Amino acid sequence: MQIDLRTVAIEPQRQAFDHLVRSFGNKPASRYQEGSYDIQAAENLHYKPTWDPEQDLYDETITRVVMHDWYALKDPRQFYYSTYTLARARQQETAEANFSFVETRALADMLPPELRAVALAVLVPLRHAAWGANQHNAFICGYGFGTAFTQPCMYHAMDNLGIAQYLSRLGLLLGDTAALDAGKRAWLDDAAWQPLRRYVEDCLVVRDPFELFVAQNLVVDGLLYPLVYERIVDAHLSSRGGSAVAMLCQFMNDWFDETRKWVDAVLKVAAAESEHNRAVLAAWVRDWSGRAASALLPVVELALGPQADEAVAEYVAALSARIVKAGIPA
Amino acid sequence: MSTVFIALQTNEDTRPIIEAIEIDNPLAVVHREPAMVKIDAPDRLVVRRSTIEELIGRDFDLQEMHINLITLSGNVAEDDDTLTLSWNN
Amino acid sequence: MDMKVSKKKLGLKERYRLMTRDLGWDTTYQPKDKVLPYVGYEGIKIHDWDKWEDPFRLTMDSYWKYQAEKERKFYAIIDAHAQNNGHLNLTDARYLSALKIFLQAISPGEYAAHKGFARVGREFPGVGTQVACQMQAIDEIRHAQTQIHAMSNYNRYYNGFHAFADQRDRIWYTSVARSFFDDAMSAGPFEFMIAIGFSFEYVLTNLLFVPFMSGAAYNGDMATVTFGFSAQSDEARHMTLGLECIKFMLEQDPANVPIVQGWIDKWFWRGFRVLGLVSTMMDYMLPKRVMSWREAWNIYGVENGGALFKDLARYGITPPKGWDDAEKGIDHMSHQFMLGLYQWSFGTAFHSWIPSDEDMAWLSAKYPDTFDKHYRPRWNHIRKLAAAGTPFKNYGLAKLCQTCQLPTVFTEPDDPTLTCHRETTYKGEKYHFCSDGCQHIFDNEPEKYIQAWLPMPQLFQDPIKGDLGEWMKWVSLIDGKDNGDYAGSEDQQHFEAWRGLATTNQ
Repeated sequence: MQIDLRTVAIEPQRQAFDHLVRSFGNKPASRYQEGSYDIQAAENLHYKPTWDPEQDLYDETITRVVMHDWYALKDPRQFYYSTYTLARARQQETAEANFSFVETRALADMLPPELRAVALAVLVPLRHAAWGANQHNAFICGYGFGTAFTQPCMYHAMDNLGIAQYLSRLGLLLGDTAALDAGKRAWLDDAAWQPLRRYVEDCLVVRDPFELFVAQNLVVDGLLYPLVYERIVDAHLSSRGGSAVAMLCQFMNDWFDETRKWVDAVLKVAAAESEHNRAVLAAWVRDWSGRAASALLPVVELALGPQADEAVAEYVAALSARIVKAGIPA
Repeated sequence: MSTVFIALQTNEDTRPIIEAIEIDNPLAVVHREPAMVKIDAPDRLVVRRSTIEELIGRDFDLQEMHINLITLSGNVAEDDDTLTLSWNN
Repeated sequence: MDMKVSKKKLGLKERYRLMTRDLGWDTTYQPKDKVLPYVGYEGIKIHDWDKWEDPFRLTMDSYWKYQAEKERKFYAIIDAHAQNNGHLNLTDARYLSALKIFLQAISPGEYAAHKGFARVGREFPGVGTQVACQMQAIDEIRHAQTQIHAMSNYNRYYNGFHAFADQRDRIWYTSVARSFFDDAMSAGPFEFMIAIGFSFEYVLTNLLFVPFMSGAAYNGDMATVTFGFSAQSDEARHMTLGLECIKFMLEQDPANVPIVQGWIDKWFWRGFRVLGLVSTMMDYMLPKRVMSWREAWNIYGVENGGALFKDLARYGITPPKGWDDAEKGIDHMSHQFMLGLYQWSFGTAFHSWIPSDEDMAWLSAKYPDTFDKHYRPRWNHIRKLAAAGTPFKNYGLAKLCQTCQLPTVFTEPDDPTLTCHRETTYKGEKYHFCSDGCQHIFDNEPEKYIQAWLPMPQLFQDPIKGDLGEWMKWVSLIDGKDNGDYAGSEDQQHFEAWRGLATTNQ
């Protein structure tokens, strides 16, 4: 029997799940709301972690930031798995087309050797920094509190891995496996990279998820991405005939543009919550931003030489303005 | 002897994959269930890229199978040309 | 694989190595034990993380591409399902009880797995292992979300779905699944992998998903078929991760073998108890049945599990300790569960019912040695009580197992006429268990299991103080709508009326 079910008009019994009606009123909920709010267990947790019996399985007190409602830290992009994945799949197609354009036209071979050298020297070791960022965001997702805050960090972690892989491909395209080896040696041993590596490793022992969010997603990325991809790749290299490199880095530029809006939104809400939060966030910003600026300076010097100081100062000022705008006092 | 298996969603994408598995694994037994095709084989089952490509007339990436894979059993070995399931006993 | 290279052609394995494990390094500014503080305390010895075999070699660009394709398919189908009143295609709304249990108990487990894998994706030293765990972390939140999204439309028309988030933390039977996942998450990273990656995903997940989704297909539920098979396509990767992980631990050091064996014993039994509810779903809750729980067990338990443990025998691993007891319980458990659910149905946010003559004929054919002898007489008695207008309800509190948190409704492995009950006294307190398996688990880690939150004692504490109405409010259960017998329920009346609208010109 074939039934034409579309012709049946029946009244729904309710608009949405109870917890969403309580938060957002009696109306149909969005898929972002359904996939994000109150889906972390909240009560009657059974056992203390054997890895740290001082903590609860989901513990909002392991960070110094205090939120009355962690679900207030919502993602302005309203990413849930599906919207996130579809967005990245589209960007991935563009990146693929860009790599293929550079590859099939042998644009890499036409790069002036000094530009290729700069591109390799600056970009390839950054694949390790991106891996560090992945570790921090996996941590924030794992130990942070409330899905609204933690779910985008998992997406961010996978993005960090994706960026590390695009940088690896860039290295292979411009310089074969030897370029990756050289980049790793530089990351491990060259003086220019040690402050940044130290910054990443110091973050690996921070176990306050919100402090890591500040140190990685706000501070170091807030300087690194515009300095490297805007200033060095798009401005410096492109104007000298290196636009092929810019094509290979389009993903990173678009990604930073998109994700900073989320980072700012999270900070704005956390800062607006209380005087206490503003003080905590300001102290973290102070601790980490000076270190990040001095860690990036020798990296920027690899490309810009004596102009590096000025470039770093310019972007430090821009980041400070961004932070003040988010409501964190200087 | 132990059975390895692979199960795929029933749709147009998996038809040539299932056909290729039948060609490359004469001992495989195909069970067609609602919405799912389960293929059992004694000890070992191989999915070969080249066989699928012959059937579909285009390049095929074995990782495309992830879209329609339901489940499998056995140790997995994967390279550019084959995906092999096996038990070591 | 999209990571093409121009220079020399790299094989899949080498390319993937460069894209993953070559990204990591040994830290020198911070000591290893501060960077990775949890990797040692379980006693597992790993000498060379580079020996790790990657389960599937997906780089992020391929991951995004293939997963996006799955997502597009999935949401197209559930959108169509919602727009076209797809719920009226169901064989019968009784079927929805299985989905309600799934949303209240299993979807939160997917979320817990998401968090757990994010943690181990940070805590393991090997990059290859970390990347595989992180991919599982992001997949698991996908599963939680696609399940909630698929069931959202059912929630608009049927009872029992609306308070899943409250019931996850408060109602008595979800505590079975929650305690399972809390147990895994509170363990160290290696045990977590054995618990979820190996025991749950590899040994048991086929029993949950494959018959469940085939059941959905048989019963006209395209939304669930779609989320099920779509999730299952990720499970193939997860199962492979679980198997690689266990082989890796066993190959790295012979001293790991007894530790791993202990975890296999524990987590097989924990998983078997959690998934026991699937037996009831298969044998009782599907209006149109696919195969019996016994038949599914023969395929995915005996045959597949048998092959797996034969394979692992070369490392000195033996089948899990509770394997034989499990086998002895297979022909009994679905009946014991359903009888329990029926007598406590006033306290469940789903319906149960008395099997019809036709149902009982099927059960007796599928369980020739047990159904007619032990369970048909009980159902006949219950049916008589219902016909007399005095339906059988057990308002006494179920005695819950301290480990698995199920009511102690199971019988002795070797005597189906005798309820199995075990006790341990620890630090002057008496604890109850449903089986030897659960008692052993407790005895190995009493300090952990005495912490368990037991939903029954909660009934007598503030704010409920033994008042059933207060308890129902506290668990967001609407009496007379969400609970009780399917016969006469609002779900039944609505479904029949709506179907009538669709099939007649009234």
